[in-house]
Amino acid sequence: MFDLAVSTIAQGLMWSILSLGVFLSFRVLDVPDMTCEGSFPLGGAIAATLITMDVSPWTAILAGAFGGIIAGTVTGILYTKLKIPAILAGILTMIALYSINLHIMGKANISLLRTDTVFTLTQKLFGVGQGAAAFLLPAVLVIVLVLAIYWFFGTELGMCIRATGFNVQMMRAQGVNTDTMIIVGLFISNALIGLCGAVVAQNNGFADVGMGIGTIVIGLASVIIGEVILGVSSFKESLIAVILGSVLYRIVIAVVLFMGMPPNDLKLFTAVLVMIALAMPMIKENLNLGKAE
Amino acid sequence: MLQISHISKTFFKGTQNEKKALIDLSLTLNDGDFCTVIGGNGAGKSTLLNSISGAYIPDSGKILIDGKDVTHMREYKRAKYIGRVFQDPMKGTASGMQLEENLILAARRGESRRLRWAFGKGDHEKFRDMLARLDLGLENRLETRIGLLSGGQRQAVTLLMATLKKPEILLLDEPTAALDPKTAEKVLKLTDEIVHEQHLTTLMITHNMRDALRFGNRLIMMNSGRIIADYTPEEKKELTIDMLLKKFEETSDAISDRLMLGN
Repeated sequence: MFDLAVSTIAQGLMWSILSLGVFLSFRVLDVPDMTCEGSFPLGGAIAATLITMDVSPWTAILAGAFGGIIAGTVTGILYTKLKIPAILAGILTMIALYSINLHIMGKANISLLRTDTVFTLTQKLFGVGQGAAAFLLPAVLVIVLVLAIYWFFGTELGMCIRATGFNVQMMRAQGVNTDTMIIVGLFISNALIGLCGAVVAQNNGFADVGMGIGTIVIGLASVIIGEVILGVSSFKESLIAVILGSVLYRIVIAVVLFMGMPPNDLKLFTAVLVMIALAMPMIKENLNLGKAE
Repeated sequence: MLQISHISKTFFKGTQNEKKALIDLSLTLNDGDFCTVIGGNGAGKSTLLNSISGAYIPDSGKILIDGKDVTHMREYKRAKYIGRVFQDPMKGTASGMQLEENLILAARRGESRRLRWAFGKGDHEKFRDMLARLDLGLENRLETRIGLLSGGQRQAVTLLMATLKKPEILLLDEPTAALDPKTAEKVLKLTDEIVHEQHLTTLMITHNMRDALRFGNRLIMMNSGRIIADYTPEEKKELTIDMLLKKFEETSDAISDRLMLGN
């Protein structure tokens, strides 16, 4: 039972990197970016391919993040320069990436079971067991990334990106190239998502071309759960809420699976969860109206 | 100094909805001129301001700020010369960010934004002093999200932001239209104070003729994309609401129902 709890939290921490990326695009930039479902498997594909070519698994993670940067930049350019609606721009990149990911891997699936990954390296480095490594690595990674994100969005540049998400017109009046801010924001978001894909692939022991399906909803579910629990407040607290939301989401999933829900229904369950959370304000309003009558 | 010479702007050119918003319009503001702009709906007042700020690029003509040709300069690039306050209090600030974060964004208007921590030593104290001057009780709310402030407070903050770094031109597009009379008066008084103190060249649109007469040293009246009257500082001193109304009747088709007499 204890092992299950630890590994659930570890999963939550690992996937919170993706949630941070989704938080940056959907919440900070206010751009509904669907690139996620392509940049996540892109990160996994790049990492797995490099590892089978005997590149260091650590380098493979950075390469996965770099893949995300390119994907995010493409979506950003489609959206800001070519004026394609954000949702469509993201979907176009995502669909294009499906083919690109197949090209990178050369097949639909690459196994990493017989090779070293960042997890086995962590085990060897600190002399810890599999479970401990699966917890330690994501925990350290998340702490480092959250600190880096907090610092960046407190700099002059980062603050302009956040403000652009709230008010494009105001930021132009302040002399800021808002197109550039959105592109930079999207590439940071997708860098995190690609990095998460690279870590998850190594954790799963394989990269699969279909591993991105549903990731956007997982990310959103985590972001929304965090907001509901902690409320929307300062940027610092929002970051913590995203991590907490991601862990809570994994706990909810673990509980419903434990209670006997078939794993095939996971995505349906997640979608309904997000739907309810998004509809909450509407439902509350209707309930209040009903009471008033 | 602002020099506008012969600018024209037509929207939806070549369609049935073609709208000539500005027609061969020229205007020169000297340093320190505070010019109020009145005119009915669709007179071209906002189009004029938006052409100066770069939100629209005129079809022809030239716009010079301090002798520099900005006619075709991108909006965000010419922002270093221009401070702006919008009609909608929501438009001038980032609602989800703290009061002091909004101020720091405005303090670097037109500068390149770098990878260094935005707040420097003494910034908090500087902002606190500035806000204390507004007398709106904002000096102890530096970390409050702007979205939690009232419309009047937000408009006062926007004004402070527009002038935090001295602009060559201050553009005010009906800054008090969305405010209650008491708050509107406070914001206008503050505007007048700051404009005089910093000797700012200012263009302010208003729908209130009384305000147009009370503030500034110059007044222009617009109708159908043209300036139909341009009063010099000497003329403006003698100007009355009746004279303005008469001028309107002479030239415009009808007085807009949004023109208010004030009281």
